[in-house]
Amino acid sequence: MHCELRVNGTMHEADVEPRKTLLDTLREDFTLTGTHAGCEHGVCGACTILLNGEPVRSCLIFAVQADGYDITTIEGIAPAPGELSVIQDAFCETHGLQCGFCTPGMILAAHALLQHQTTPSRADIVDAISGNICRCTGYGQIVEAVEFAAERLRKANAPIVTPDSNGGAR
Amino acid sequence: MVRQRRGPATSKAPPMKPAPFRYIRPQSVAEVCAILAADEDARVIAGGQTLVPMLAMRLARPSTLVDILRLPELHGIRRENGAIVIGAATRQAEAERSAAVANDVPLLSAVLPWVGHPPTRNRGTVGGSLANADPSAEIPLVAVTLDAEILVADDTGPISLSADDFFIGPMLTTVPATGCLTGVRFPVWSEGHVGVGFHEICARRSDFAFVSAAVQVACDADGRCLKVALGIGGAGDRPVKLDLSALVGIRPEAAAVTEAVNAAAQGLEATSDLHASADYRRRVAAVLGVRALSDALAQAHIKGSA
Repeated sequence: MHCELRVNGTMHEADVEPRKTLLDTLREDFTLTGTHAGCEHGVCGACTILLNGEPVRSCLIFAVQADGYDITTIEGIAPAPGELSVIQDAFCETHGLQCGFCTPGMILAAHALLQHQTTPSRADIVDAISGNICRCTGYGQIVEAVEFAAERLRKANAPIVTPDSNGGAR
Repeated sequence: MVRQRRGPATSKAPPMKPAPFRYIRPQSVAEVCAILAADEDARVIAGGQTLVPMLAMRLARPSTLVDILRLPELHGIRRENGAIVIGAATRQAEAERSAAVANDVPLLSAVLPWVGHPPTRNRGTVGGSLANADPSAEIPLVAVTLDAEILVADDTGPISLSADDFFIGPMLTTVPATGCLTGVRFPVWSEGHVGVGFHEICARRSDFAFVSAAVQVACDADGRCLKVALGIGGAGDRPVKLDLSALVGIRPEAAAVTEAVNAAAQGLEATSDLHASADYRRRVAAVLGVRALSDALAQAHIKGSA
């Protein structure tokens, strides 16, 4: 079945079987392997992508259902090739990842949260990543990374930068 | 030496978890009903947050999936004759953010954050949760508690079913095989000051509830109870509404609340399974009922004294 998907701003066309999940289509047809295949039945959150800007599980959508939608994968988050987004950078700085398997999903969930909320509480962050399982970090440093990224993003847009604020736009 | 094959040869397509099916995206509800009438193995898909895992595990093997998610007639939240009508394909996240739902059906608003996780609520629909009829699901519990009406279309035309008649068992509803859920009508409580309470016991937040209790209460400015509804989910094979009419007309104190809930929960049908015994479920139902009702009364009293 023919479907058209706008992935990270680029139109992709694919002829897929209706039973092929969006996850498999991204990985196999478009070689966007940053979206990870974990449990493949909606439990772990490793395959999280943004569908029209909202986090969803790509293993629970068939590619044909996503026909015509805007899709953002982890590959579409960085501002330029070889660079990291503010959130990705924050994950590195706070050691918000170890094996990295859950990280693309975590970053996309955090990305969607910070689009809506510039000053999320700890509870907001925990709720936003509650559908994503991490087996290494114990979540503490992931939450810290999101808090850190939120702070940096807020400061990036602050009109006045005082000399002693060490955050600022990076 | 025999070399072991590691998975399929590269020229072949990689394996897929679900069995093959046809996929159709009809343009109208009438077309959906016609497809369902013509093929008894066809199934409706909306958000697919329960159906897709079932397909992946091959517990469901429909011949055809009929995608209703984009049908405009199934979308939206509107106020209509003292009720809030939510289209079946309205996503749970939309209902969660809706000011109309928060204002007019506060109990639904209170339970929506407990339905799955944010990413599943972004896809999962209000109608899908009702049609799935999981005994421990929150949206069906609210529908039964508030005496909602479930709107269904089939090839003979529209039908409306009371929530109590709609759910008949675990994952079982009275929707005819050729029927498609089109919406749900929640009555709006206009009397007095409305308070709500919700409690559930589950292994982890967002897991299926072993037992849950939902309460909506309306009180006058003196704190007298005008109307009260308590529903219990997860205990038996479908959500049930308990009778708390003993509290109407009085200003319920803590002792009266406990007594009324315990009396109502007597003889509650409960099932035993791996997670909890029927006895435990009955006991917890009463405890959660008391907590939910106390929260709801406190909220109504605060609004009344404001």
